[in-house]
Amino acid sequence: MSTLLEVDALTVRLPVKGELRTVLRDVSLSLDEGKTLGMVGESGSGKSMTARAIARLLPSGATVAGHVQFAGANVFELRGEALRRYRANGVSVIFQDARANINPVRRIGDFLTEALRTNDGLPAKKAEQRAIALLAEVGISDPERRLRQYPHELSGGLLQRVMIAAAVTVRPRLILADEPTTALDVTTQAEVMSILRRMQQNYGMAMLFITHDLELASAVCDETIVMYAGMVVERQASNNLHTEPLHPYTAALVQARPEIDRRSVRLPAIPGHPTSAYEAPEGCAFAPRCRFAQDQCRVAAPPLLQIDQRGVTRCVRMPEIRNQLRASTMLLAEGISREEVAR
Amino acid sequence: MTETKSIPLPDKLASSWAGWPTLRFILGRILGLLATLFVASIVVFGALYLAPGNPLTFLTQGRSMSQEAIAALETQYHLNDPIWMQYLRWLGELLHGNFGTSIVYNQPVSTLLAARAPATVLVIVMAAAIVLAVGLAIGAYSGLRPGWLSRWTMAGATAIMAIPTFVAAVVLIIVFAVNLGWFPVFGSGAPGLDAVYHSILPAVALALASVAFVARLTQAAIRQELSAEHVQTAVSRGLPRRYIVQRHIVRNAAIPVLTVAGLTIAGLIAGSVIVEQVFQLGGIGQFLVSSVQQKDFPVVQAICLTYVAAFIVLNTLIDLAYALLDPRVSLGRKSS
Repeated sequence: MSTLLEVDALTVRLPVKGELRTVLRDVSLSLDEGKTLGMVGESGSGKSMTARAIARLLPSGATVAGHVQFAGANVFELRGEALRRYRANGVSVIFQDARANINPVRRIGDFLTEALRTNDGLPAKKAEQRAIALLAEVGISDPERRLRQYPHELSGGLLQRVMIAAAVTVRPRLILADEPTTALDVTTQAEVMSILRRMQQNYGMAMLFITHDLELASAVCDETIVMYAGMVVERQASNNLHTEPLHPYTAALVQARPEIDRRSVRLPAIPGHPTSAYEAPEGCAFAPRCRFAQDQCRVAAPPLLQIDQRGVTRCVRMPEIRNQLRASTMLLAEGISREEVAR
Repeated sequence: MTETKSIPLPDKLASSWAGWPTLRFILGRILGLLATLFVASIVVFGALYLAPGNPLTFLTQGRSMSQEAIAALETQYHLNDPIWMQYLRWLGELLHGNFGTSIVYNQPVSTLLAARAPATVLVIVMAAAIVLAVGLAIGAYSGLRPGWLSRWTMAGATAIMAIPTFVAAVVLIIVFAVNLGWFPVFGSGAPGLDAVYHSILPAVALALASVAFVARLTQAAIRQELSAEHVQTAVSRGLPRRYIVQRHIVRNAAIPVLTVAGLTIAGLIAGSVIVEQVFQLGGIGQFLVSSVQQKDFPVVQAICLTYVAAFIVLNTLIDLAYALLDPRVSLGRKSS
């Protein structure tokens, strides 16, 4: 399997109130053709910014260090027509809020066919047929009528399907799905998710799937990256994320979730509050909230450590606390409260 | 936000109903227009009687007259009737298309107005064209191409917005008519191209503040669309910039811009009175000023009502255009 996307030591700074603030710090990831990579983290952890950097949608004035390679091309060096082609047929972005991201005064049909007509030079009739077929494929009934409707006439779930259909019409090699289901209600979420999965498999596209839902990420993705304060803190196969977290932050996230077969009087919360990348302390950004933190954590920014063949972590203490983390996570899964685990 | 789920409406039914909201909207607007005109007629009629001075003193021009002559005048103009009866009589005549007779000229008001209307219409239409062409062009340019030129243009526009029409008119006359001699100082010229030539300076004076306003508005609307999320989507899809500008930025910015620009143009009607007076164009506006001074009641009333009607009709057209431009606005219903 060949590598499609390679992000290497990506650091992004944005101008805010006259100063450059770091929003991404040393982010590296790679994604193979046809695979799905999950990216989880809380708001402001840099998930969307990573996607924007990959799609070359950073706000003006942003400074970038590091590399993004897409199918052998250096993404940050693309200019003019090459950049346009990269956006047109290389990556497609599915945004979180379909209602804001689809032009409200143009018809669904215009939205679905504009890329085909302008970029691929398809005649209007052909483009329309393709749009109709795709709408049917994403489970929208009466597609001919939908093409003539306006966004405000469709529900949020339908609009998100339209968004997915539009992203897929151009047959991109990579889909950047930026919290595609967050704005939807739970039942619609499941539908939209399964449609997205099916389309991805049908057309053999790779996907960077951004979410703050750990559960969803592990269900959908081959591998998952956990972001904190603009950094990658952990990366490993999605199935192991819950049973064997490789970072105290991930472990705390796992424990902070309610579970359907466990009665929780009170969910354990992570003490402190999320840190943004630019105000992160020296050393490990999570150290102030970490119950495993020691002096060594606060001295220098931890490097990415390889843990066996499993994955990577940005926790310097991982080799020693690994068993402890696993034990507490497993005990928790068996219905024992965190207080008891702490004892 | 309401979500319209797929309510299966049979196609036949849907199409037969499709015309109704539009028709209802237009009918409603016409009723509204009539109601506004009715209220305006009361205000216009009442205002003149509330103004200081008795119509009789203006009819007699301060000369002493015999009791019989005054009585004859009072009977002729029904001045002894209660005001509401005078109003109803006037309204009745109005409904028959009769604006009455000018006291000063002793001619039908409609004849007097018809002779003066072309000059007024010409200057307003020319000013409107300038507002749209120049205002939209400056606004679109500075919205799409930020930079020092845009900033200075907008700073200039803000300054120009603050200049009252009569000041602009006088300055234009001094610079372009007196000093440079490019344009006539005043007068409306012979019908045809000469009239257009004579109306250039007045139209510019009338349009100036509105040009600046429309330019600022356009710039703001385009800036807003530029940073809109749906435009970012269009960029992320690799659409050509030209296409994005035309179909997403300009298309969407046009909705607020054309609506407010339309209202601004309707507002030119009021400004035209001043410009006509300064440039002595001999149009309806100038006639209004002289008629007010001479207390020529029927003329003043007729002109005021005409202006109100023109303003409301323009407003209605703008509302219709707005509904056509923005599919989210459905005619005859409240927007969701």
